[in-house]
Amino acid sequence: MRTKIEVRALQKSFASDQGRLPVVADVSFTVHDGEFIAIIGPSGCGKTTLMNMMAGFVAPDAGSVVIDGVPRSRPDSKGILISQLGSVFPWLTVRENLMFGLNGHAPANKAEIADRYASIVGLKGFEGSYPHELSGGMLKRAELARALVVKPEILYMDEPFSALDALMSLRMRNELLRILAKERHTVMLITHDVEEAIHVADRILVLSPRPTRIQASFDVPFPHPRRLSSPQAQELRVAILRELGVDHYGD
Amino acid sequence: MTRLRQTLPALLVIAALIATWWIAVVLTHSVIFPTPWNVVTGVFELLEDGTLWEHIGASLMRVGTGFLLAVCVAVPLGLWMGWVPRIYNTLNPIFQILRPISPIAWIPIAILWFGVGNASPIYLIFISSVFPMIVQTTVGVHTIEKRYLRAAENFGVSRYTLFRQVVIPAVLPQIVVGMRIGLGVAWLVVVAAEMIALRSGLGYMIMDARNAGNRYDLVVAGMIIIGVIGLSLDGLMRMLEGIRWVRWRYAH
Repeated sequence: MRTKIEVRALQKSFASDQGRLPVVADVSFTVHDGEFIAIIGPSGCGKTTLMNMMAGFVAPDAGSVVIDGVPRSRPDSKGILISQLGSVFPWLTVRENLMFGLNGHAPANKAEIADRYASIVGLKGFEGSYPHELSGGMLKRAELARALVVKPEILYMDEPFSALDALMSLRMRNELLRILAKERHTVMLITHDVEEAIHVADRILVLSPRPTRIQASFDVPFPHPRRLSSPQAQELRVAILRELGVDHYGD
Repeated sequence: MTRLRQTLPALLVIAALIATWWIAVVLTHSVIFPTPWNVVTGVFELLEDGTLWEHIGASLMRVGTGFLLAVCVAVPLGLWMGWVPRIYNTLNPIFQILRPISPIAWIPIAILWFGVGNASPIYLIFISSVFPMIVQTTVGVHTIEKRYLRAAENFGVSRYTLFRQVVIPAVLPQIVVGMRIGLGVAWLVVVAAEMIALRSGLGYMIMDARNAGNRYDLVVAGMIIIGVIGLSLDGLMRMLEGIRWVRWRYAH
């Protein structure tokens, strides 16, 4: 398989009252084209910083991110970041939000493409609505659609569903898998939910506490649709939790 | 019904104030200070001879001109200062010094530069309303949430799209707040400015009523009219908060 992303010895520290605070110690890994990687780690370990460096929003102190053989220094529309807070523009309608990133299309085409993606994520009938008129789950759908509409090669997702309730989060995961089955993207997903990672990812990277490094890597060889209750999946879950330092996992 | 319940206490307080005023004037046997009824007849007198509308029109014209000039200057300048740190660092100290100077203090200079015609009060209104609007617009740009700018950066849109679809809509609610403040100050100032060396406007009307025979009924009538027009202007500005492009800010 073709290599899509190469993360080479990334390091980052931030200034704090106690001097330099190292956040990312030394992280290297490779992502194949079309692969779905989940990154899991204890809270505050530097996951978001790592993601921001990969998407080009934060410059590393050392190391580099190489995409398709070219070192990345700035964000671009080939890799779209979906953050935890969400960034659907509240002053634009769903349609206008989806049209936002569509450069180089005729205006009529833009609306048509935007509406098609709105319907793909299940927002048909809400194209003219403003974000404040939508529920939390619908807002996430809009965010996802706005990213997908520009056909990004890479999706960077930073705990995208963590603000949703468990049921809606599960539903969004299924939607994401359904869309990814149709449109091929390389996906990087940060999560703190082990089950979510096993549900969606091809490979799971477990990060250490700050300053973070890659502590373990797990392949998830199960075919979709996955049954999280299968013995193999449960075994994997226990192994990942153990890496995260949780020995008592309530079952 | 709920609307009545909301406004009823305010109406009662106003009624109580008028009653107290009336009783106080009657008890003190004041010859100069008018009763509320004197004021009402005074208003009718002004309405009948037609001068009231002229004065209101003159004041509104000055406020409108000065305020619109200020909007035209403050909004682009505020956006520029908010967006470019170098411009902010250069201009902000100057504006912070000019801003606290009362527009009244500018009156002598305004007369020196612009004479005693319409230009002086228009200049004073401009000076008084331009700074709050610059400040609000700049603050508006500075407080755009970073996640939105990041998203815009991520999609790699042109500078034009960035301004038209992100920066300006994000700042618009703050601009409207600035306009509300600016128009409020402008209305305060026009009356003060008209008290000096002008022959029309509500401010002139009040001074003239006092000078020409202690007509305090007309003085109080003028004050109340100023208050009511000020309230209407603010109401007009508040309607701007309801327009489509600003409403998102007030949802939730």
